[in-house]
Amino acid sequence: MRYVDEFRNRRLIDKVAQEIRCAVDPDRVYNIMEVCGTHTMSIFRFGLRDILPKSIKLISGPGCPVCVTPNEFIDKAIAIANMKGVIIATFGDMLKVPGSRSSLEKEKAKGCDIRIVYSSLDALQIARKNPNKRIVFLGIGFETTAPTVAQSILIAKKERLNNYSVLSGHKTMPEVMEALVHDKLIKVDAFLLPGHVSAIIGMHPYEFLSKSYKKSCVISGFEPIDILQSILMIIKQVKPKVEIQYGRIIEKSGNPLAKKSINKVFERCLSVWRGIGRVRKSGLKIRRSYKEFDADYRHCEPAKGGRSNLVDSKDNIRCFCGYILKGLKTPYDCPSFAKACTPENPIGACMVSSEGTCAANYKYGKDTTHSR
Amino acid sequence: MEKILLTHGSGGTLMHKLIDSLFMRELDNPILREKKDSAIVKIGKKSLAFTTDSYVVNPILFPGGDIGSLAVYGTVNDLAVCGAKPLFISLGMIIEEGLDRDLLERIVRSVSLAAKRSGVKVVTGDTKVVERGSCDKVFINTSGIGEICYPGLSVDKIKAGDSVLVSGTIGDHAISVLSKREGISFSSKVKSDSAPLNGLIARALKVSDKVKFMRDPTRGGVATTLNEMVTAGKFGIAIDEDRLPVANGVKAGCELLGFDPLYLACEGRVIIVVQKLHEDKVLRSMRSDPLGRKARVIGRVVKEFPGKVYLETVSGGRRIVGMLSGEQLPRIC
Repeated sequence: MRYVDEFRNRRLIDKVAQEIRCAVDPDRVYNIMEVCGTHTMSIFRFGLRDILPKSIKLISGPGCPVCVTPNEFIDKAIAIANMKGVIIATFGDMLKVPGSRSSLEKEKAKGCDIRIVYSSLDALQIARKNPNKRIVFLGIGFETTAPTVAQSILIAKKERLNNYSVLSGHKTMPEVMEALVHDKLIKVDAFLLPGHVSAIIGMHPYEFLSKSYKKSCVISGFEPIDILQSILMIIKQVKPKVEIQYGRIIEKSGNPLAKKSINKVFERCLSVWRGIGRVRKSGLKIRRSYKEFDADYRHCEPAKGGRSNLVDSKDNIRCFCGYILKGLKTPYDCPSFAKACTPENPIGACMVSSEGTCAANYKYGKDTTHSR
Repeated sequence: MEKILLTHGSGGTLMHKLIDSLFMRELDNPILREKKDSAIVKIGKKSLAFTTDSYVVNPILFPGGDIGSLAVYGTVNDLAVCGAKPLFISLGMIIEEGLDRDLLERIVRSVSLAAKRSGVKVVTGDTKVVERGSCDKVFINTSGIGEICYPGLSVDKIKAGDSVLVSGTIGDHAISVLSKREGISFSSKVKSDSAPLNGLIARALKVSDKVKFMRDPTRGGVATTLNEMVTAGKFGIAIDEDRLPVANGVKAGCELLGFDPLYLACEGRVIIVVQKLHEDKVLRSMRSDPLGRKARVIGRVVKEFPGKVYLETVSGGRRIVGMLSGEQLPRIC
């Protein structure tokens, strides 16, 4: 298949791997965090750790939107799902994420109308077909998904689809990375930055990482060649800077149209990240001018519907997701991993999402197998 | 109270747990315990293979097939992989009130054609109609009986060094069904591989007496089927990513939807484990059949990693290929 096979070519892979082996400083350990869940999955799927020198340590970061969605978001979604006449439209990965007491999958089995969609535009279609129902789309994801969700709201406003709303759990990447580099426990020398986020925001929002914190950064694509080449670029950097490997997709300044639609519909807010906690300005909430499409405003304001039926959210103490998302621990350090916590019965979100670090280790990792 | 979730029917680990903890517990007997695609039962001196399967595929018409032909081929294949010659099948239909008569005719004609193509007779049937909403258009159950012609196929005969063959490209069925599913539909030229394998299998068994074991990789795909073979823990299986036959359209569909072709259902493919010496012979015989043109050796049985299936990746690394767990692909067959 064109545009994929070229980036999985064995000869090229061997060549880049060889260059990496030649370029590494033998006396140094390189701690490189791959921020994005798609990178984590790709690294495992293609067995890239096997072909890298031992001095390169790849640490999985917080870049899986499902994994960083906190219990309270799931609890809220479940509460809304149980309201009369509501259809929840969501990405499939969200179904199994455990909230404080239940999951959307379990609520679905109990009779809630929860439908899997591949895009917010599919959710709009459900809204058009069901004028007597209230459709709530669970908006999660980073800058990559936010523009399409913003568009869905703009379309809904234009078409006067008043039965459509979005529960926004959107998060932004540069702000959480700033929180990460502030954390003194986290030892990372360089970042492999998510290519698709930069397709929207470009490279400039990350420049503080190299300027203020002296971290090498390469914005990378997702195929084996992309990842290896990005690692090579990191190793070769003399002075820390932000570089783009994924040039076939990314413009330095990003996609102005997409940025515009995000800014039109959303504004920055404080956001809670599972495992990381509250991070200032790292979330996107729907602006007041679009409040009729904000599920938080329409369904969760206690004043409107009397007593709110939201539960008090609790984090699961057996779960190491927080440490894992920060790269402080690996899944193998977690007492629940592959024992109490499996993809069928996940305790933490890192096991639920197909891009979660624990799911990747469970599915592809070598060491998991003896404990299964 | 615990509820049954869609994942319980996915063909993966959760389904196996449900089978072991409920069905096996309540219905246990030596034949059921074998957990083969078909039960092998002895009546007098004759050995028979007996199997059943229900079909709930959504949508009921898909590129390359429909629920009618699928219901025949699925059962025929379950008999054939056990070394049986499929003879008779039953047809149980559960129809939703309001179904177009024309559509039903089309499906039944398809059953008839598929039965002729596979050389089996539909000898008994049942028809039920339920209220609108109680089922989705039409569900079909078929059971089948076949005569064992090649006894002795068994997972216990597999030894390190044996070759693992697949009869054609993998994942075509799942992608063809998904490409037409409401809410996902995308433009794709992939056709389902749904087809009767009894001819191809009989020929392979005729040319070699060193075929050890066979299974059709339906739900859960090649990965899950191979994992079922290694569960006893006596050997491992190594597969070579470079050699996996995957059609371009399936590759594209997988990239789009985030699937791994190793986990996608096939409905007209068989995995054959054969002694290395007979590999060429069997491969030639498979390739002489139109359904096996793209047959390939995809891997081998190994001593290392007993109980595990692992993949040598295109990039030269290795990774474990586990059983399907927790994926959301309901109603693919």
